[in-house]
Amino acid sequence: MTMKRDQALRVLSQHYPDGIVVPVYQSAFDWMGIRPHPLNYLCTGAMGQGSSHALGLALACPTEPVVVLDGDGSLLMNLGTLVTIGDQSPRNLWHFVCQNGMYEVNGEFPVPGKSTVDFAAMAMAAGYKAAHTFSDLNEFSCALPSILATPGPLLVALQVEAGAPFPRNYQEIHSAQSRAAFKAALAGRRGR
Amino acid sequence: MTDPLSGEQILAGLAQAEIEFVVALPDIVTCDELLWPIERSQSFRLVNVCKEDEGVSICAGMSYAEKRALLLMQHTGFLDSINAIRVMGMDYQLPVVMMIGLQGIEKDCAPTDSKQNGVRIVEPILDAMSIPYHVLIRGRDAAGIPEAIDEAYTASHPLVFLIPGFGDDA
Repeated sequence: MTMKRDQALRVLSQHYPDGIVVPVYQSAFDWMGIRPHPLNYLCTGAMGQGSSHALGLALACPTEPVVVLDGDGSLLMNLGTLVTIGDQSPRNLWHFVCQNGMYEVNGEFPVPGKSTVDFAAMAMAAGYKAAHTFSDLNEFSCALPSILATPGPLLVALQVEAGAPFPRNYQEIHSAQSRAAFKAALAGRRGR
Repeated sequence: MTDPLSGEQILAGLAQAEIEFVVALPDIVTCDELLWPIERSQSFRLVNVCKEDEGVSICAGMSYAEKRALLLMQHTGFLDSINAIRVMGMDYQLPVVMMIGLQGIEKDCAPTDSKQNGVRIVEPILDAMSIPYHVLIRGRDAAGIPEAIDEAYTASHPLVFLIPGFGDDA
């Protein structure tokens, strides 16, 4: 059983309406449509780096919750990040991984280990405080409030498939306006 | 060499520039003079990373919160992180400040004259990426660190310091 990614992200947006989110690739495109917000950090640039940007934000802003919407292909490109995050152990970092088993925006080619990789187990071995895997939307919906109330670092693997299509707006992701809007929104949130 | 470069001079410059976080992987050139003292220091928070491109992204994320950070690494890590530096430094012009040990460089040799391929290509790559850099050789070179870092954060652009060695090893 798998969830539609957009349905899972809609649930997340209901429980996390206005905090910092670092989404990557197709999750970013979906998230921009589901929860447009200046605190969406869209500018991760190089593939695999989303959680590292999020760690920088979490360490620099220890009182602000930071959510990462990673992908399985992306995380596989930067697995050391799990150990770095586990070592730093920021209480304000929640690491969601949309696990669809493929490089969706790069031709839908399968990721290595698509049927065997266990990100939750990897995260626990790397020092995360908790980790979960969900493939059912109702179970995810029920567990999410407790997950977001639990100090991090915490990883949630979401076994998903593509849902409603959202436009792949690369121009917005790479725009100077998005970066400036995020910086201004973050300064406003922190009272500067 | 008169006026040899020391880690203490560099650390004083970093502190004066209000560097708060040092994101690092060990490098034999800088480990004893910089990384171990930073690890013991109360003035900096050390973030050990598993790979250098993580560090580029961590420093980039911190820059949005107006927190100053330094990425300390070997030139091999710089070469391995080119794509992340290209996006954050060239494309987004974020103030990612890097200090790079030139492991293997010959004594009294300019980096561009090194017989080590990895060392010799660093400056041409930085030139191609239009990333400003300073080679720290003598003690007086460290005096320019605070101003260079201030300028990088004020104008928002990447910055590199290259370190061939310390003391009589340089």
